[in-house]
Amino acid sequence: MKSLKTYAVFYLIFLYAPIFLLPLFAFNSSTVIAFPLESFTTEWFTELLTLSEMHGALLNSLKIAVTSAVLATILGIFAAMAATRYRFPGQKGIMGFIMLPLVLPEIIVAVSLLIVILRMGFSTGAWSVIVGHTLICTPFAIAILQSAFSALDPSLEEAAYDLGETPVSTFRLVTLPLVMPGIISALLISFTISMDEFIIAFFLTGAEPTLPVYLFSMMRFPKLLPAVMALGTILVVLSVLLIVIAEFFRRRGAKRTGSDAGGFL
Amino acid sequence: MTTQETPNMSLISLQNVQKHYGDYHALRGISVDIRAGEFFSLLGPSGCGKTTLLRTIAGFEDYDSGVVMISGQDMRGVPANKRPTNMVFQSYAIFPHLTVLQNVAFGLRKRNMSKADKIVAAETALDMVGLKGYGHRAAHALSGGQRQRVALARALVLKPKVLLLDEPLSALDRKMREQMQVELIKLQREVGITFILVTHDQEEALVMSDRIAVMFEGEIVQCDDPEVLYRRPNSKRVADFIGVMNFLPATCREEDGKKIATVAGLGEAEISEAQCPEGFPDGEATVGFRPETLTLLYEGQTATHREAPATIEEVVYYGDMTYYDVRFEGVETPVRISMRNIFGRDVLSVGSSVRVSWSPGALVVFR
Repeated sequence: MKSLKTYAVFYLIFLYAPIFLLPLFAFNSSTVIAFPLESFTTEWFTELLTLSEMHGALLNSLKIAVTSAVLATILGIFAAMAATRYRFPGQKGIMGFIMLPLVLPEIIVAVSLLIVILRMGFSTGAWSVIVGHTLICTPFAIAILQSAFSALDPSLEEAAYDLGETPVSTFRLVTLPLVMPGIISALLISFTISMDEFIIAFFLTGAEPTLPVYLFSMMRFPKLLPAVMALGTILVVLSVLLIVIAEFFRRRGAKRTGSDAGGFL
Repeated sequence: MTTQETPNMSLISLQNVQKHYGDYHALRGISVDIRAGEFFSLLGPSGCGKTTLLRTIAGFEDYDSGVVMISGQDMRGVPANKRPTNMVFQSYAIFPHLTVLQNVAFGLRKRNMSKADKIVAAETALDMVGLKGYGHRAAHALSGGQRQRVALARALVLKPKVLLLDEPLSALDRKMREQMQVELIKLQREVGITFILVTHDQEEALVMSDRIAVMFEGEIVQCDDPEVLYRRPNSKRVADFIGVMNFLPATCREEDGKKIATVAGLGEAEISEAQCPEGFPDGEATVGFRPETLTLLYEGQTATHREAPATIEEVVYYGDMTYYDVRFEGVETPVRISMRNIFGRDVLSVGSSVRVSWSPGALVVFR
């Protein structure tokens, strides 16, 4: 029992210590990333403001993340409805294949997408990153939305229909408001995944780097390392914030429909 | 009222409705007429097709063949949202994201009424089900009984021709259920709307309905008012399903135009045609009779009709009633007798020998 506890503590340290080092060095005035720490500074954060290339990368990343999140969530809604509302032959197999990108190595997705795109004679750019990110975000969106849809009592939709609504207005008045927390949660998770994603972006980004790709390129200049630390700090804070908000919405939805089926946190 | 029914007397008319789920034959030629203003129940064990039949009337289920008519109109191809029926779901299906008032007014959305009139109509409906002043509560915070009432108000506010109730009381505890049974009967009389209730609870069906259709395996096996159903079940299966029925083996014969049944432990009895729903069986038969048609005779009492000796095997005391399981001489199967407890009369004890009074007219003969 005691050894299990020790193991858990060490595991958590191993997992989170590097992340805690990030803000530590981000606020450290030395340009060398090493102990002992010198003095407190916000210089590196102000330096971020001057890096116009970085601003372009950030804008790029935001565009890609928003588009991929919206696409993944829309696809996720259709898939989740198909999985929970209907029964058809081969359903399990099809759902399995849709969920496969969850476990598929990203490098394989990235390389194969790159080959296909180049072979078809297109050039890579933001759009190809969007395609790749939609592909890997969709399974996450489906997992969240599936739990939202299956928590929804099908007789609610029947009741609305029975009370005179059309299938379309039933979806708008009953289904959508009740799965909305799930939809918001799926959007936020997909956005976060796309924002952080490196491998696919690195392969498919072409001449417009995303933020993680730009960050990687900055690593070659030791002078810029503290600024990388500052940027990393901001990204960690934003990611955690988004995931917490996503989970908040998912739980609120679960509370409303009276059941809690799954989720990531 | 005349005994002959004209087709336009019935509000709902089903003719030979058939339905398959793949290989499974869910509805096997259902034909029934339900009159306007009737409290009609579909009663049967789970899986007998009663809910499927209700959902067919509501328009949620398609059927293979046959005719479903509501007020003389063929419902083939008419979707649920265009039918003059409303449903109270087993789970109540209260919209959790709306208030009680918004739930009740939901179906009025498409009606050509002013907003103020809609609110008045919804509040009147809430008042009718005993939820006056609950309009602004959040629907997801209600108790089971309250949800049930909101579901009723939400359907009744639309003044449907038919209200369909899918096991509406099964989720409530016993006391609440009995209270709601009475309230539902009152409500139905008040609004005069035809109610079709689906239930697996025979007691509930007997208490509430004007008429009951008993369903087994996708077929209506008997459709009668509660009293007839209880007193003259038309098969052994129905007899066994509704209330408690004692069964004893018998042999039947016809003699000088008289129908005679010799019942094990009871003796000979003359039977009328009406007591043989499946026709008079010449030879081996089973005779059924209800626990309250028998009486234990105390000392000094004489039987009004016939009597037979028996031994008490088990006594179940209920306060107002006592159930005795007795064994007639030479019979293996115990017979249940229910006796109302009268002040000053003792409950008899296990093992005592008693005389039992029975009446040939209370017997039902099955093949």
